[in-house]
Amino acid sequence: MGFLEGLWLLIWTVIKVMLIIVPLLLSVAYLTYAERKVIGAIQVRKGPNRVGYAGLLQPIADVFKLLTKEVLVPTNSHRFLFVIAPILSLAPAFAAWAVIPFSDTMVLADVNAGLLYVLALTSLGVYGVIIAGWASNSKYAFLGAMRSAAQIVAYEIAMGFALVGVVMVGGSLNLGDIVRAQEGNLFHWFWLPLFPLFIVYFISGVAETNRAPFDVAEGESEIVAGFHVDYSGMAFALFFLAEYANMIMIAALAVIMFLGGWLSPIPFIPDGIGWFFAKTGFMLLFFLWFRATFPRYRYDQIMRLGWKVFIPVTIVWLTVVAAAILLEIEPWFALRAA
Amino acid sequence: MTGNVKSYFKSFLLLELLKGMSLTGRYFFAKKFTVQYPDEKTPQSPRFRGLHALRRYPNGEERCIACKLCEAVCPALAITIESEERADNTRRTTRYDIDLFKCIFCGFCEEACPVDSIVETRIFEYHFEKRGEQIMTKDKLLAIGDKFEDQIAADRAVDAPFR
Amino acid sequence: MDLKLLVFLVFSAVLIGAAIGVITTRNPVQAALFLVLAFFNSAIIWMLMEAEFLSITLVLVYVGAVMVLFLFVVMMLDINLLPQREGFTRYLPLGGLIVAAIVVQMIFLIRVRWFSAENYPVPDARAADYSNTEELGMAMYTDYIFQFEVAAVILLVAIIAAIALTMRRRPDTKYQRPSDQVLVQKEDRLRVVSMDSES
Repeated sequence: MGFLEGLWLLIWTVIKVMLIIVPLLLSVAYLTYAERKVIGAIQVRKGPNRVGYAGLLQPIADVFKLLTKEVLVPTNSHRFLFVIAPILSLAPAFAAWAVIPFSDTMVLADVNAGLLYVLALTSLGVYGVIIAGWASNSKYAFLGAMRSAAQIVAYEIAMGFALVGVVMVGGSLNLGDIVRAQEGNLFHWFWLPLFPLFIVYFISGVAETNRAPFDVAEGESEIVAGFHVDYSGMAFALFFLAEYANMIMIAALAVIMFLGGWLSPIPFIPDGIGWFFAKTGFMLLFFLWFRATFPRYRYDQIMRLGWKVFIPVTIVWLTVVAAAILLEIEPWFALRAA
Repeated sequence: MTGNVKSYFKSFLLLELLKGMSLTGRYFFAKKFTVQYPDEKTPQSPRFRGLHALRRYPNGEERCIACKLCEAVCPALAITIESEERADNTRRTTRYDIDLFKCIFCGFCEEACPVDSIVETRIFEYHFEKRGEQIMTKDKLLAIGDKFEDQIAADRAVDAPFR
Repeated sequence: MDLKLLVFLVFSAVLIGAAIGVITTRNPVQAALFLVLAFFNSAIIWMLMEAEFLSITLVLVYVGAVMVLFLFVVMMLDINLLPQREGFTRYLPLGGLIVAAIVVQMIFLIRVRWFSAENYPVPDARAADYSNTEELGMAMYTDYIFQFEVAAVILLVAIIAAIALTMRRRPDTKYQRPSDQVLVQKEDRLRVVSMDSES
């Protein structure tokens, strides 16, 4: 491959990356809007409805507000790490989208170890939080970072185990192949045979993204705002973006691995990218619904849930899945040799 | 033992969580109670305790006789009164200040007043732009009283049977 | 120039810089973060060598889990580095001697014939559908199954040993048991007494 060809490949890839990131940023913006509307509705309020028709321009107004605000850097903070921390939390959240298959053919990088790649990148997101907490040189921020680090490491394991089940049944680490293994109708999707793993995965996902009821890392009532107390303006907005991008990521992964990705649930309607988006939106609704319903967990209970409940549950169900695969219980479990 | 098994089932089937979610899910479709504030307002009682005012008699004479009962009863020590004897041998205030930062809008001054002079009006949308503006002087209070006398009198009349 | 070579040069330069940073920086947290950077860059270089499974596992295990726990501990330490530096000049001759010995050893090792570059030709590029993960799994679970199982057992023993060594039962401390707390029924805590009303 010559230098010019390589350069052209680079430019073409950047264009494709943009095609993913720009809609992703827009969906993040409107996810915040949806969150305020949904939680508002559940609390018998109307939610934002002033900026534009039904408040539809509210996220854009918020972006402008955050852009024009001053970015403060505390005096005794570690300046370089303080500035780089929001970027470190945002970059993995976006980079993980490279391997997400939107439809049968639409995927930026059809990597064989796609699932591992996603797991590795989601585990990198914790660095933004830890570095932000440490670089702020503030007690609250530091406590938030510590909590978040312990929590994410704990739930990463449960999440990883849940995904091992998917890999066993799907017979591949490639996300596209995992979806293709779910072909058939609604009941061929992996949510049914792997139901406990599905629940564990999704709850761990909520915990990984530091969302309510697992949002002790920013627990307003105890440590003000946790790791991002000292951030303002655009630096804060980047953390915000990362959190919501991660939410969408977790929802999309749940759709790919348990809800059949782009596959259609109704036999006579064709598969397509629309199904993927619809299912992702459906899973995102649960994030908002959880936040509106459940009170925040106590910290020791979070740790107990992660280590003493989820990990044993996943290990037990992995044994069940392994047995079912050996017995070749159709239609879900088959030996998918390479 | 059976209780233990039952509770295990209960927690692993996430029954309580589902119950909670179904409750919030129902409220998602409930009628919304939001009042669109500047456009819509909630109804006010005639007893509403907002910004203070000093009233006058219909002939234009100020009601306040500087008895200082309001100053004495004020739990927040927000009222400061100075008085002197006027030329016609009546006692009147030379200074009647209410510090709105101290005031807790309890309405005790209104209750204590023997001549219905200090009252609290329905005004609650006001703001200060400079330091010191929060001190309501006698002039400001009288001006408010003059401006909203009709409303104030009507509210007192409605409430009169209960006093 | 090849784009791949350019990428390799950039990332290996960063890798060397980060590795130097680990041992020169005074702040332990910064040192740990440099180590993270070094891991990450070596993962990228592995990726260039088409060892995608190993490189992702490096990120997942070392960067994503081990270094997080490392940072967790290092951040909570408040190390005053000055006393450690006091003996620097005193131990300099001895330290220099050891470094010289290591350098000489390394030169001898690297000069040995089977470490020279011509013995390591560039491997042929694999076909696009070649799965590194699959091959690795095949080798691990067929040819090397015994070694794999032994390693697994050793790790398990290590985990249990670590827990056994650090777990202390202190009967006098009071702590909450969430599993018991969630089982509490109204009847356990509440006693309804019916009594005559006092007139």
